[in-house]
Amino acid sequence: MASGADYIRKVKEQVKEVDPKEVRPLVESPNGAVIVDVREQQEFEEAHLPGARHVPRGHLESRIEGAVKDRSARVVLYCASGNRSALAAHTLEQELGYENVESMTGGITLWKDRGYKVEVPRRLTAEQRERYSRHLLVPEIGIEGQMKLLDAKVLLLGAGGLGSPTALYLAAAGVGTLGIVDDDVVDLSNLGRQVVHSNDRIGIPKVDSAEQAIGDINPDVEVVKYQTRLDASNIMEIIEGYDVIVDGVDNFPTRYLLNDATVRLKIPVVSASILGFDGQLSVFAPYEGPCYRCLYPTPPPAELAPSCGANGVLGALPGVMGVLQAIEVVKLVTGSGEPLIGRLLLYEALGTTFTDLKVRRDPECPICSRDPESISSEEMGVFPDYEDFCAG
Amino acid sequence: MSKIKIPPVLRGSTGGEKEVAADGDDVGEVLRALTEQHPGTQVQLFGEDGSLNRYVNVYLNDEDVRVLDGLDTPVKPDDTLVILPAMAGGR
Repeated sequence: MASGADYIRKVKEQVKEVDPKEVRPLVESPNGAVIVDVREQQEFEEAHLPGARHVPRGHLESRIEGAVKDRSARVVLYCASGNRSALAAHTLEQELGYENVESMTGGITLWKDRGYKVEVPRRLTAEQRERYSRHLLVPEIGIEGQMKLLDAKVLLLGAGGLGSPTALYLAAAGVGTLGIVDDDVVDLSNLGRQVVHSNDRIGIPKVDSAEQAIGDINPDVEVVKYQTRLDASNIMEIIEGYDVIVDGVDNFPTRYLLNDATVRLKIPVVSASILGFDGQLSVFAPYEGPCYRCLYPTPPPAELAPSCGANGVLGALPGVMGVLQAIEVVKLVTGSGEPLIGRLLLYEALGTTFTDLKVRRDPECPICSRDPESISSEEMGVFPDYEDFCAG
Repeated sequence: MSKIKIPPVLRGSTGGEKEVAADGDDVGEVLRALTEQHPGTQVQLFGEDGSLNRYVNVYLNDEDVRVLDGLDTPVKPDDTLVILPAMAGGR
């Protein structure tokens, strides 16, 4: 009976081996070649060749087709020193019919000794793996998407009806930085729907109350508080640097101001509004889809602008709309699915109907038909006759 | 009869109805039939010159009539019109 070392030697005689210097150009331009790391998960996570796919040798037969579908493609396997990859190459050729398989001599050890570049993936801590375990299982999010969420900066305008559920779910989702703009304090009348606040925090600023609730859910999240009203004097300073803005503000002047500023800075806005049993939702991605002014060129007069007066709302309605906003944010950050760009979703709770309407870019839009640089601070949020309407 | 979906802010003028049926061959005719049934909607939908107010969006099924032929857009009996003014409530 041959020893293990003899067997490996014999296999190596039968497979084609390739020197790392010949593999190096493939990292830059693969030309159809696929580099496969056959080591264990932990070894792969420590460092691997840039762009390498990972198929541990123990799962070779069951997973190789997921990584390399075309059996005639050039496949370069590597491991730590060149033994496991030779054995895997032998299996691919002899048993699975791959026609053009090579094993990299010396493995990643020799690769590193030569000073060639490796990719060191960022890793989640054990606690994060547990906390985000359900996200990690969803292919559309996975570890890459979760990393994007942890790196994301999302600004919530308002910690009220809509801002409450978005704050809670985005915190739970692990959005790394959550900015919150709100100048209000928690009031008993808020608690019927603003679920981020609580009885024992009545009277304290909403930004502080929300920060506490977020911290209780997920200490990974950094909260940036802005205890102020968003207006023309502070908007650019506050919103710059955020990846996505969640609009739940309660008045038209701020919505138009926000639109103009975000078009100028090219920041997508996930926008929702609520009244009674009705909700509206859309995503305004500057220059990719329509902006708020394309949808609503002119604000309605006071009698048709319900936010100007005291109006009721079903407590759970902002829950539905705010959670839909949170989902759109996660989609935008992770690049998954089809965000609600160029569409307006209407939810009518009494009849339980959802209506999806198309929203087109207006080629004559006073804001987004122009270059962002040409939108001046003076004209942002401005309407010629707006003072007659509603001061919010 | 076409179906018109009435937004919350106009329901005070339609006796609380969320949907109203109205006849007409184009968007303008259907909307005018609505204003005849519920005169309170007239000033909310139309300006003094008879054109649609700019702050009111009207959709034929899922398409904004501004990208179709506006009030002249033909309407079939099984079509749905959605009237949609902007809303700003968030709290």
